Amino acid sequence: MLELKNVSYSVGDKQILKNIDLEISDRFVAITGPNGSGKSTLAKLVAGIITPTEGKIYFDGKDITDMSVTDRARSGISFAFQQPVRFKGITVKHLLSLAAGKKTSVSEACEYLSEVGLCAKDYINREVNASLSGGELKRIEIAMINARGTSLSVFDEPEAGIDLWSFNNLIKVFEKMHERTHGTIMIISHQERILNIADKIVVLAGGEVVEYGEKEKVFPKLMDVRASCRFAGNS
Amino acid sequence: MDKIQQDLLEQIAGIHEIPEGAYSLRINGSLHGKNSSENIEIVKKEDKPGIDIYIKPGTKNESVHIPVILSQTGLKELVYNDFHIGEDCDVTIVAGCGIHNGGSEDSEHSGIHSFFVSKNAKCKYIEKHYGEGDGNGRNLMNPTTYVEMAEGSYMEMETAQIKGVDSTKRVTAAKLMENATLVVREKIMTHGEQYAETEFDVELNGDGSGTHVISRAVAKDNSKQKFVSRIKGNSKCSGHTECDAIIMDQATVAAIPEILAVNPEASLIHEAAIGKIAGEQLIKLMTLGLTEKEAEEEIVNGFLR
Repeated sequence: MLELKNVSYSVGDKQILKNIDLEISDRFVAITGPNGSGKSTLAKLVAGIITPTEGKIYFDGKDITDMSVTDRARSGISFAFQQPVRFKGITVKHLLSLAAGKKTSVSEACEYLSEVGLCAKDYINREVNASLSGGELKRIEIAMINARGTSLSVFDEPEAGIDLWSFNNLIKVFEKMHERTHGTIMIISHQERILNIADKIVVLAGGEVVEYGEKEKVFPKLMDVRASCRFAGNS
Repeated sequence: MDKIQQDLLEQIAGIHEIPEGAYSLRINGSLHGKNSSENIEIVKKEDKPGIDIYIKPGTKNESVHIPVILSQTGLKELVYNDFHIGEDCDVTIVAGCGIHNGGSEDSEHSGIHSFFVSKNAKCKYIEKHYGEGDGNGRNLMNPTTYVEMAEGSYMEMETAQIKGVDSTKRVTAAKLMENATLVVREKIMTHGEQYAETEFDVELNGDGSGTHVISRAVAKDNSKQKFVSRIKGNSKCSGHTECDAIIMDQATVAAIPEILAVNPEASLIHEAAIGKIAGEQLIKLMTLGLTEKEAEEEIVNGFLR
């Protein structure tokens, strides 16, 4: 279980997150909110890439506020970047091995890749360099989280850059991942269809949690807001 | 061969013993052994140190090993090796130099290699440079390579200097005729107080000729590197040079590409990028459970793969 207690994060005078209190233990938790509301910052705080200027973060009851990225990863937190990173000379298979923490066999690598809709034999020996498209990289990023199989997986806009075909599969990937890890999957997303599979939804705005609750309660409100915006736009 | 010499041979050529087929093995300044094969003749030069290698026209899928090993401190040598590659050949040449300097004097090997690649011949040249030793004496290597490529020939050069060479100046000059192609892939890693300089000079003289000169470099500690790459387009040709370098600690790297188009049909490109390891690369690998140091090693190893 992940717990954020009164977490704030500022850069200089600008406060990006304010007094965040969250307890996250469900299967799928979606984080949504307008651009600049602090969603990605929240994800980075959980992964340890940045540390809160105030407040505490607990993971499975342990205070991880000052824990390094490496130690958090080793204790069971995974983080899929919004913009995956390229590595000259490192192959897809090697990266999957690093993610799994052991030498991955060809058949294991193939399994991870086919789950995200990539024909494994075309990819395992490819370098994770500029020859891969944004969508391909995005899927490899998800395959890496699959290879890790940790109890908490955080995805920052996994659907961005992924085509329609993969969209339905993406949801299946998350479902399968949960079957395997029995953990929590936190997904930052704007997509209705992803919000729709969430057990709970967190809505951030201006660096604060404005809604957190069961999907059944939060989702209709979000749709109302969107509809009224559309209406306002048309008039 | 003693243990030190065997280890050096392993480092530069991936072999433990005398290679099979055509070879020439030079140890501590003299020819230790050589062997010609049916299609590949190795002849010792009479007027100066070195060998001539004659590869019969039409020789396919054969290789030649010509490793050089120095394990005696303070030895300095200059060797001339000439490769005459016949028409329509398809061959691999594996060269390399390993120095073990356990003393206080400098050891130096300088090789002057000339390649004459005949019409429609294909040649792959692999060269590894490696140094080690616990003394204060430095390991120096200064290779010079001349390449003359006839019509329709193809040559691939893979050169690597990964460890232990204190100072190097590598000069490669090539002239290409019609439809000839030269691909160079260079990998260099320097550390400590090392210095490495490489200079490429490629003249594209024939229509349809082309070259790719690609360098990947990692400079650590206080080491310094300089990469100079000149491509001259004298014909309807294509040329591409790329220098990609990672700098760490207090190291410095200079990349000086120069492309000169004399013919309006010449198409020439240069690219150069120098920088430290991207922070996001380190962080990504750390989110997979690697420490910062492990992440750094993975990135460097991949880069020089």
